[in-house]
Amino acid sequence: MSIKRKLYIGFMCALMWFCALLTCALVAFILIYVLVKGIPGISWRLLSSKPSYLSGTIGILPDILNTLYIIIAALAAVIPLGAGAAVYLNEYAKNKRVVRMIEYAAETLSGIPSIIYGLVGMLFFCQFLNMQTSILAGALTLVIMNLPTVMRTTQESLKTVPQSYREGAFGLGAGKWRVIRTVVLPGCMDGVVTGCILAVGRILGESAALLFTAGYAHALNGFFEGLRSSGATLTVALYVYAKERGEFGVAFAIGAILMVMTLLINLTAAAVGAWFKKRRSL
Amino acid sequence: MKNEKALSPCALTAKERRFGRLDFSKRGFENLVHGIFLILGLITVGSVLLITVYLIISGIPAITKIGLVNFLLGAKWESTAAQPKFGILPFILTSVYGTAGAILIGVPVGFLTAVYLAKVASARVRAIVSSAVSLLAGIPSVVYGLVGMLALVPGIRTVFNIPDGASLLAAIIVLAIMILPSIINVSITALEAVPKDYEDASLALGAAPVETYFKVSVPAAKSGIAAAVALGVGRAIGEAMAVMMVSGNAANMPSLFQSVRFLTTAVASEMSYASGLQRQALFSIALVLYLFIMLINGALNFFLKRSKEE
Repeated sequence: MSIKRKLYIGFMCALMWFCALLTCALVAFILIYVLVKGIPGISWRLLSSKPSYLSGTIGILPDILNTLYIIIAALAAVIPLGAGAAVYLNEYAKNKRVVRMIEYAAETLSGIPSIIYGLVGMLFFCQFLNMQTSILAGALTLVIMNLPTVMRTTQESLKTVPQSYREGAFGLGAGKWRVIRTVVLPGCMDGVVTGCILAVGRILGESAALLFTAGYAHALNGFFEGLRSSGATLTVALYVYAKERGEFGVAFAIGAILMVMTLLINLTAAAVGAWFKKRRSL
Repeated sequence: MKNEKALSPCALTAKERRFGRLDFSKRGFENLVHGIFLILGLITVGSVLLITVYLIISGIPAITKIGLVNFLLGAKWESTAAQPKFGILPFILTSVYGTAGAILIGVPVGFLTAVYLAKVASARVRAIVSSAVSLLAGIPSVVYGLVGMLALVPGIRTVFNIPDGASLLAAIIVLAIMILPSIINVSITALEAVPKDYEDASLALGAAPVETYFKVSVPAAKSGIAAAVALGVGRAIGEAMAVMMVSGNAANMPSLFQSVRFLTTAVASEMSYASGLQRQALFSIALVLYLFIMLINGALNFFLKRSKEE
């Protein structure tokens, strides 16, 4: 082997190593930096109260609840819509052009940046449908945003339901809807669950789409009252505290909570994936 | 009866046994269900149309008032001045430069990491690095912004000895890190799709493994890697919050060490208080951004299709 080739191989190897290490180091740095700076700021009072101007304390309970409300509301709508669209594509659609159109639309949706979702959500849900700046408007905006995700994962798992199951059910005399309800849908649960986990992760991290649709308020509300009123999620609260109020301690505490949640969601997604894989292979 | 139902999920219920012959109403019901699913399927199409129509309707008025040339090529954005000027050339150029910079840094790093993970790494190393990459993908953009604001911006200030570190450079670095996961994941998929025969042939001819990866596998996966770059461009140009927190937000012409404003941050930073023509102009900026994204999506689909055909 010539020196030139040896040098090339050595150089490329070193470069690959360096880049892979750099990627890992970046993740480790961000994770550790946020956790180290954030965890000391997490206290029971922070987690269990709302901000008070009288005592000058900051609490993020309203933001936690708002995040929960928005996740619940968005999932409640995105699961039937996304899974339904996937069922239509996989089970009903015969017209190739309709299929291509829907798939193209889904691809387009997943490429649109969240700030544009925020603007259109503000124009359509808040102004045109007169919902004002509310959690519900924010949740509906996120529904459109997450539709392609849930649709894609459901579609993938629908493809793994064996054709013979459907044929068997049809052969027993079941109608199309009955086959879908009793054979197809139970078979694609793993796709729906995976889609939901991905969607939760995305909703948890979303901020630009919520700034103008769900707003900044920190009021403590119940679920249905909360849906109708404006409220900041954890990410929006982080942005407001860091950028507009200079409360970096609180911002890092929220950041640490978000990092832990992200970690948990990733672990859950991996565990659920492994569980379904194991169940399928049985 | 009960046993029968447990055995077969498709067994007839009592009601169906009684009304089973009413085929006509059954077909009507099936058609209804079909219709419902069709509507659910068309919601995505409807959403895309809704977004496009709303952006065009709300974006056109300001462009006609300001004039297309003045709007796109005007070098000054002074939306709140007594004599307001709405030129978005600084934003367009900042977005283009910022994205190009992020690609310049992010693509080589992401691409080489992908080659390492797809071809070299052992299964265990790969599992660990992959989970790190998916964590990177899951970190909310405001957290990137926060870390950038408090670690990167002061760092740039001291290293380059400038009065404020919130600059285009800071935004480029944050964006480069944020697009890493997309680039790594899409490149890995592309590299894994390369037929094993190609690599075996190269190895049999006496090429070393590393030479095979870079001179055979990578050229064979080039469409997929191009798709990874297009995806990265789309992510970078559309990112708003992280960039807003580190780029300083002044409507300057782009320069590496100056405070700049992107297309996305121009919309986000003034939306909360804008009114009248200024507000309409923000919608026009969003329309311009949307057109950029559509172009990039087109390129992405083109490359994805070509890599599938290969």
